[in-house]
Order: sequence, then structure tokens, then C-alpha cells
Amino acid sequence: MSETEATIEVRRQMEICNACRYCEGYCAVFPAMTLRREFTTGDLTHLANLCHSCKGCYHACQYAPPHPFGINVPETFATIRAESYAEYAWPAPMGRVFERNGTLVTLAAFLSVTLVLLLTMALQDPAILYTAQTGTGAFFRVIPYWLMVGLASLSFGYALFAMGMGAVRYWRGTAPGAGQKPITVAPVAEAALDILTLRNLGGGGHGCNDLDDSFAQTRRWFHHAMFYGFMLCFAATTTGAFYHHFMGWKSPHAFLSLPVQLGSWGGALLCLGTAGLLWVKTVTDPGPVAKRLLGGEYAMLALLFLIGATGLLLLVIRHTGAMGVMLAIHLGLVLAFFLVMPYSKMVHGVYRGLALLRNAQEKRA
Amino acid sequence: MVDFARLWDVLVVGGGNAALSAAITAAQAGASVIIAEHAPKAMRGGNSRHTRNLRALHPKPTDVLTESYLEEEYWDDLLRVTGGRTDEGLARMCIRASEHAPGFLRDCGVVFQPSLSGTLSLSRTNAFFLGGGKALVNALYRTAEKLGITILYDTEVQHIAIEDGFAREAIVSWRGFPERIRCKAIIASAGGFQANREWLREYWGDAADNFQIRGTPYAQGRVLKDMLANGVQEVGDATQFHAVANDARAPMEDGGLAMRLDCVPFSIVVNKDVERFYDEGEDVWPKRYAIWGRLIAQQRDQRAFAITDSQALHNYLPSVFPPMKADSIGELAGLLGLDAAKLEGVVAEYNAAVQPGTFHGNKLDDCRTEGLAIPKSHWARRIDQPPFYGHPLAPGITFTFLGVKVNERARVMMADGKPSGNIFASGEIMAGNILGQGYLAGFGMTIGTVFGRIAGEEASKLVRN
Repeated sequence: MSETEATIEVRRQMEICNACRYCEGYCAVFPAMTLRREFTTGDLTHLANLCHSCKGCYHACQYAPPHPFGINVPETFATIRAESYAEYAWPAPMGRVFERNGTLVTLAAFLSVTLVLLLTMALQDPAILYTAQTGTGAFFRVIPYWLMVGLASLSFGYALFAMGMGAVRYWRGTAPGAGQKPITVAPVAEAALDILTLRNLGGGGHGCNDLDDSFAQTRRWFHHAMFYGFMLCFAATTTGAFYHHFMGWKSPHAFLSLPVQLGSWGGALLCLGTAGLLWVKTVTDPGPVAKRLLGGEYAMLALLFLIGATGLLLLVIRHTGAMGVMLAIHLGLVLAFFLVMPYSKMVHGVYRGLALLRNAQEKRA
Repeated sequence: MVDFARLWDVLVVGGGNAALSAAITAAQAGASVIIAEHAPKAMRGGNSRHTRNLRALHPKPTDVLTESYLEEEYWDDLLRVTGGRTDEGLARMCIRASEHAPGFLRDCGVVFQPSLSGTLSLSRTNAFFLGGGKALVNALYRTAEKLGITILYDTEVQHIAIEDGFAREAIVSWRGFPERIRCKAIIASAGGFQANREWLREYWGDAADNFQIRGTPYAQGRVLKDMLANGVQEVGDATQFHAVANDARAPMEDGGLAMRLDCVPFSIVVNKDVERFYDEGEDVWPKRYAIWGRLIAQQRDQRAFAITDSQALHNYLPSVFPPMKADSIGELAGLLGLDAAKLEGVVAEYNAAVQPGTFHGNKLDDCRTEGLAIPKSHWARRIDQPPFYGHPLAPGITFTFLGVKVNERARVMMADGKPSGNIFASGEIMAGNILGQGYLAGFGMTIGTVFGRIAGEEASKLVRN
């Protein structure tokens, strides 16, 4: 990664941290830091993406503001992370959208909802949007099957590809000077466990500083709810597609069917998790927060919340005349999500996953 | 809003570990407690904010302490660093009580961690606070708040009105406004006077201007001076302090622990006149590092320089400020502002005196010199592998030893030899009772917690009668 004001600042901070080491028991960042004496921008990017922003080190820091050293690792790491998202975005010019991320995500959401509504009205008889549709294939009478699948697979496929390119560029950019070691099973398993349990947001069992200098697991649980909720929704869609193609069972499915159950629980968890994380963000001690990045974070959480909420509403009103509009809004939001995915907070999952993998590898070196 | 008309059971002066241990103990026993902390909230906690661990006796391994550490060994360690200048009764009482200090702190929400990096080699004797002293201070304040203790920040106690060994009230500056706090008992936990350069100058002259104050700038010694002027018995040597070898580029105040340089045992140390002045390899770092601040304080301009080479670089912790680096000793001397020919001579003489041995970074090894006027007894290896490194050193003071005399019930003794009616003390302000000179890593926090608890207990007992 290129040298910026933020990398120079975070290098200054890491050199103080590396001489102090009081935080060595907090998370994976500090033991990883102690493996180094000098910090390249690649090292700093790696450490920043390994940081889960639990804020434990900030509240414990004898050098935190107003101390003249002004050590604020969570804030500066968040800044470096955002810079790394921009630096490794694919295609490269798209990196710039990380500067006004809240605006981008919000605009994308409005535009794609509008687009889907307009397309629906243009392609179908507008009356279909307002009349109750029931029975097999009800959704596809509102939005044609080919359009739904076409838009979804194009946008999601693009997102996966762009994020994959970003991942490759990130992995190369943060490689230690000595070069790469082959990836083996044990570090992959450890990184996967880290991702699935968010161990680094547990503060070694007693919790993180979610709101202030008291310890809690609040953020970890909300993040889990969001993560697993998201995964359940994804599973619901996959199951639905499987039913459609291989079993010939067309949606809408019965309430107790697998896709509807996965989607309902997933949607509920997604709403709970994102609402919880939004709440934590608004009430937490602002000291260790990078305020400049909040817009994009709020926007992405709100988008995910709305996807979950409209999905649940769709389930509730799917036998009424409001189903058509709700379906268009829901799918418009999902489309927006797929489109902005490689250019939003969502990429942190990719880079943090890779940072955890690199950390697991380093520990074995 | 604070009710300054109220009569409090206990006023605790200070806001570090010793003060909070006292306040929490008194409040748990049912007393109404008010804390007057000189610092603003963000800088609260006195020197405790910069600490990291406490030394605790333990007969068997615990989850945070390895093996065992018993009274006799603890006492021997203390005896060695103090050179016998200690009150054996108080010291042994403190050592015995230290067994229960980690448990008390844990009950107050303090989290301990196993020692990870091992560079300090203290995991057997010292329990480490997860996140360090500020995390401990945060936990103690949270506990104090939960117990309903009133905490005044930005509040300096300026005078304690003492009559016949009995304190009735304290005059304080509360956010700059003069106020009175009336109370039935006072616990003084206001630290030493190390941040009061004028006072230090009384004993050290101009040298005091070059002392770096490692800890809180709020340790002005105002309460100590006031009490000594009002009939409280003095203890300890006014010229003694705990000081370490700090980076000469550290801030003059509040630089904290990370400014210390632990390269001394793996280097040779010269003063501005390019002369070695003490055996750098006398003992393992935790036991002997406390003497180096004082040694440097006695050198010209209170400066010294640790010289190492690339072989030694990874034997010690990295420093906040990068060391001077050069490809030859002569060039390094230039960077450090030293006489090049003289430094080359000192290094050559040292290298010639180094005997063959097996190097062990974490214990006393057999690498030593022979034939030097000032030997290096351990970890002596030739300094001949460029690049060479130079760390400029200055004395970094942790706390002063002059204090108020207390008895084993933490009750302050008056100059007439009688215990005060209702004044107690805990922490640095009375550490001089036990530490006549020298320092044992983590012992300050032990004294603070042990005497804090006793003071809190005794004060609450007194006010309930």
C-alpha cells in the first residue's frame, strides 16, 4: 500500500505500542506487532485489517488522548483499513467511491429500488403491482423470472469477481518481504474458527469495550446475529433456487417450508444484528471512533436492515395487493446491495478474513 | 452537584490504586466515602495509570502466577534491593497480605493476564493486569461508582486541618474553587513529590532539572508537605527515589513505562566523559534495573549512553525512539556527541577483556570480562558486529521515598510518637516505611493495595464507633 499521512501516523503509534506492550493480552494485533521491529505499509495494512475495533487497547492506553502521545489505535487502524479498501478495489478507479461511501450506498439503494419499480411497471401490466397474486409463481407474475435471475446473477457475479480481485491484490500487497508460504490446512481452519466465533471481539472472555471502559460482549453478539442472519438469508435463496431448478417447486413456498423458515429466521437475525450495531455506534464513546467513516457504515447497516425488514414484510403481506410493490422494493434493495458490495464496508469481511489467515500462518512460522 | 455541607465518614485524598483500594474497602464496610482526585478524569489514577503488575506471594501456582513465591524469598528480594533499609515488621506484614491482593483486585473487576512476551521474566513473582494499569484504574473507578462513592476530579487537597493528631476537614481546590470537605476520617493516598521539581532541587540542585518524571505530573507532594508541617512524623530518606534508565528523548513528565530502556545488561554504558561507571551485567534486569536511574543521576549532565551492536539488538525490547545507528564506533560516537577516539578505546578495551562463555539472555550466564577496573559480570559479549547502536539515557523518576510514618494498621504516626486519631495513609506517600532505597518491580502496587485495604477497613471501623 502507498505511504499516506495515516500510515505515517499509525507507524508512529505502533512503534510506541511495540515498546510498551501493555495490550499484548487483548487481541491478535499486538502479538503480531511484536513479531516486527519495523513496519512497512504492508505490515500496517495487515495489522489494521486484523484489528476488530474492540477498543480495548484505547481504554487501557496510558498514552491515549489527552496524553501528548495521542495513541488511538482503533481510530487510526480504521482509517488505514478504509484506505486499504480503496487501494485494493477493483477496478482501481472505483477505489475513490470509498471517500463518500455513505452517499454511494444510499444513492445506489434509491436508484436500484426505483429502477426495479420502473422496470416492473414497464414490462408488466402496472395493475399487477396492486392486485393480490397468489399461488405458484406469484412472484414471477410481478417480476419476470428471467429479469430477477438475470439481474441477481449478473450483479452478484460481478461483486464476487471484483471482491476476488481485491482479495488477490490485498494478499500480495500485505505479503511480508520474505515472500509467501504455502497455505496449509491448520491456519485455514484457525482463521475460519476466528471468523465464525469472532474470538478477537471477545477480549479473552471478559468482553470488549463496546460502549465505554466497561467490558461487554454486546457488539460481538449483534455482529454474530447479523452475520448468521445474512448467511441464513443466503441459504434461503440458495434453497429456493434449488427447489425451483431441481425439484420443480416454485415459490412462494409454504410458511413452514425450508426456504421460508431459513429466510424468516435469517431476516429476523439480520434486523436484530444491524439494528443493534447501529445502536452501539450511536451510543459508544466517540473517542476511538473514526468519524469520517461512519457515513458508509451507517448506510450499509441501514441497507442490510431494510433488506431484512422488507423480506419479513413481504412474508407477512404476500397474499395481499401490497405484495407487488414490496417485492420490487425488496429486490431493488438486494440489487443495490450486490452492486455496492465490492465498494462498501462489506469488503472488510474479505480483508479481515485474509488478515486472520496471515496471522494464523505467521504464528506457525 | 456535590454537597460540600455534608459530613462524610471518610475522605480519601488521591485517586490511584492505593486510594481506590482504601475507598472501596471503606465503602464496602458501610462508610460514606468521598474521593478527591487532583487529576481530571482522563488522567486519573496517579502513577497507577502507568503500572503493569503487582508482586504477590503465592504458595502454589495460580492462573496468572507460575510456581510458588514464598515469604522468605520475597523478603530476601526486598532485603537485597533495599540493602536492609526497611521496617521488617511492616514489610513482612505487607508481603504476607500480598497473597490476597490479586483476589481483592479481581473482585473489583480487574482482569489479570498470563505474562506473554516473557521479556520481563516476572511471570513467577508478578501478576500482570490485562491492558495495564489504566485498565486496572478504570475497573476500580467503576467499582467505586457502583458502591456510590462520590468522586471529585480536578480537586486538589491543599490543607488538612489537624488538631492534636485529629483531622476535622480538608481545604480543597475544586475545579479551581476553594471548598471544604468535612469528614470523620481521612486516608491520605496522594503520592510522593517526584513531580515537584522545586522540591527535588532542594536535594539535587540543578541536576533535578534533568530528571524525567516518568509518571503523573500531579504528584506535587502538597499533601505530604502539609502533613509533615502539621505534626505528622516523617519517614524515609528525602534524597531517595525510585528511578530507572529512561530514554533521554522521553517527555519530561508522564512518559510512562514505555520510555524505560532495558538494553543496559546487553550493552556497555558510558557517561559524557566516555567512562564506564558501573557493572552493567550485575544481575537480571528486573532486580537491578531500578538502580540505573540513580547511577545516571550522579553523572555529568545526568546523561549516559548505552552502546550495543546488531548481535544484541534483539535481546531487549524495542524503544519508542529509534537508537542512533552507525557502521563504526567512531561514527556512533559522533552521533551521540561523544569523543570518538575515547569511545573506540573504551570499546576496544572492553572487547579485549571479554572471556569466552555461553550466552543466556534470561538468566545469569558465564559471559564476563576479566581485568577491567569496572567489570561486566554477565552477558558480556564483544561489541564488534556492525551496525552499532547507541541509546542516550537519562534518569526517569517513578516516585520519591520521603513519606509519613504509619503503623501496621496504616494509621499515621504523629511526631510525638502517638498514632493519629483518624488519619490513615496508603500508597507512595507511606512506601518509604518499607522501601528505604531501591525498588522491587511491582512492589509499589502491592504496598498500595495492601495498605489501602487496611486503611479503608480501619477508617470505616473508626467511624462506625
